[in-house]
Amino acid sequence: MNRPRRDLLPLLLIPILAVAALPLVGSPSSWVTLTVAGLAMGMMVFVMASGLTLTFGLMDVLNFGHGAFIAVGAFVAASVMLSLGPWMAADSFWLNMAAVGPAVLAAVVVSGALGFAFERVIVRPVYGQHLKQILVTMGGLIVAEQLLKVVWGPEQITLSRPTALRGAFLFGDIAIEKYRVLAVAVGLVVFAALALTLNRTRIGLLIRAGVENGEMVEALGYRIRRLFVGVFVVGSALAGLGGAMWGLYQETITAAIGAQVAVLVFIVVIIGGLGSVGGCFVGALLVGLTANYIGFLAPKVALGSNILLMALILLWRPQGLYPVAKR
Amino acid sequence: MTEALLSLRGVETHIGQYHILHGVDFEVPEGGLAMLLGRNGAGKTTTLRTIMGLWRASAGEIRFGRRDITKLTTPDIARRGIAYVPETMAIFADLTVQENLVLAAVGGPPEAKRLDWIFTRFPALKTFWTLPAGFLSGGQKQMLAVARAIIEPRRLILVDEPTKGLAPAIVANMMEAFRELKDGATTLLVVEQNFAFARQLGDTVAVMDDGRVAHRGSMAAFAVDSALQQRLLGLGMDTHQ
Repeated sequence: MNRPRRDLLPLLLIPILAVAALPLVGSPSSWVTLTVAGLAMGMMVFVMASGLTLTFGLMDVLNFGHGAFIAVGAFVAASVMLSLGPWMAADSFWLNMAAVGPAVLAAVVVSGALGFAFERVIVRPVYGQHLKQILVTMGGLIVAEQLLKVVWGPEQITLSRPTALRGAFLFGDIAIEKYRVLAVAVGLVVFAALALTLNRTRIGLLIRAGVENGEMVEALGYRIRRLFVGVFVVGSALAGLGGAMWGLYQETITAAIGAQVAVLVFIVVIIGGLGSVGGCFVGALLVGLTANYIGFLAPKVALGSNILLMALILLWRPQGLYPVAKR
Repeated sequence: MTEALLSLRGVETHIGQYHILHGVDFEVPEGGLAMLLGRNGAGKTTTLRTIMGLWRASAGEIRFGRRDITKLTTPDIARRGIAYVPETMAIFADLTVQENLVLAAVGGPPEAKRLDWIFTRFPALKTFWTLPAGFLSGGQKQMLAVARAIIEPRRLILVDEPTKGLAPAIVANMMEAFRELKDGATTLLVVEQNFAFARQLGDTVAVMDDGRVAHRGSMAAFAVDSALQQRLLGLGMDTHQ
């Protein structure tokens, strides 16, 4: 038996899409800017979506409330950064990071804790009941949005990036925003950490096996419910991290931020193949690049471009780019 | 008389609105190989799944050794030393053969000596050690499913139709592996449709019909009672050729 080849075709879609966009965009400098912007956006969406795909894969839970963790992450991070305004505005890189670091940490911790409570109170009673999951998690998102308005007020919050992350790196006539480079770097670190955990640790082995067949994992003697709670909390914390990054990216935050981004997150999870972190990564980059190229080339259809991308991919691979073998 | 390692008393199981098991009673003697036979739909798989806690018994009692395990969760039942090989094999297709076995060794890394024994019985697993299990043939997947159950010493192994769709050479290897396990004091409860296989291997037999145990006793006695086989399993003389 020959060793099976790795399925690289979905991965190749990323460079194919980028190269195909070059003649359409025309200007190489604009193309580079758009490509980096697309990759940055894709990485942020990946950070938010990675937990959701594992949650679905592991326990078949359709969590439409995932946007709540994104929104809470954005608001908590914004509050910390606004309270440390002088450090954010300082010309010192280290003072900037002394504000951003605790803000991101607070977003991760609060979103993770919220995820723990959300799983216990809202998700646990409806395991195995998809319709109820959709209804109660959607309800949870609405309640969370209203609570955000109660705590932070109904007005949008304006947030400025720290001095060190403003502006762009210039290479001739090519401008690359510093913040986007950071977003790409954070996304790569999260992807590498997830890939290492899933492929090189026993807990990762359990998660991968649980995504395929949770019942058999239990029959081997492992308590998959505990594993699921852990994955749910980590996924919520990552959503909080993504929310904090998205808030800084947009520089404005409203209570609806979670629900807005959740649409992209769900598209990415479906495109990637439910339960597949690798698929989620490729899907997020495709979504980010498509949104930016179409936004530049045909702004009027930009809104529907990701839905179209999802339809095309599902026509090609109905189970997503990297479907997970299910029981 | 050998003490029962596993005993079921009046076990009833409902799946949704369906009443599948109607008071199942039988015992599996410690160190023996018990066969659970019956026609399709008799409730054999449901019985194994109920023992594992994958479906809940709505009435009755399941005892493992001296402990009542009826209300325990599946992981707790497994950790008491019961392994399960489902009819679907349920191997983890995206994990390699190695990863499947490493995961099944709950107590730590698999012992080299035990692994060697498994490779002797199922050499294909060594050949395809680093291959994702989804690429194995049906017979190789069955070998992996059984290997996963025996990667560590267990007190009881529940196996659902191990020979289904297997080539005769693999069936012979499987039979040898089960014999060696039994000789090593492991107790086995095997659901089987292949009567020739069951007859050669079983010490005791329980035959299910319509969610109940219609007959239980020694395999030696059952193997020579053609009328009983005909009545309970619909077996003709050709089965005995």
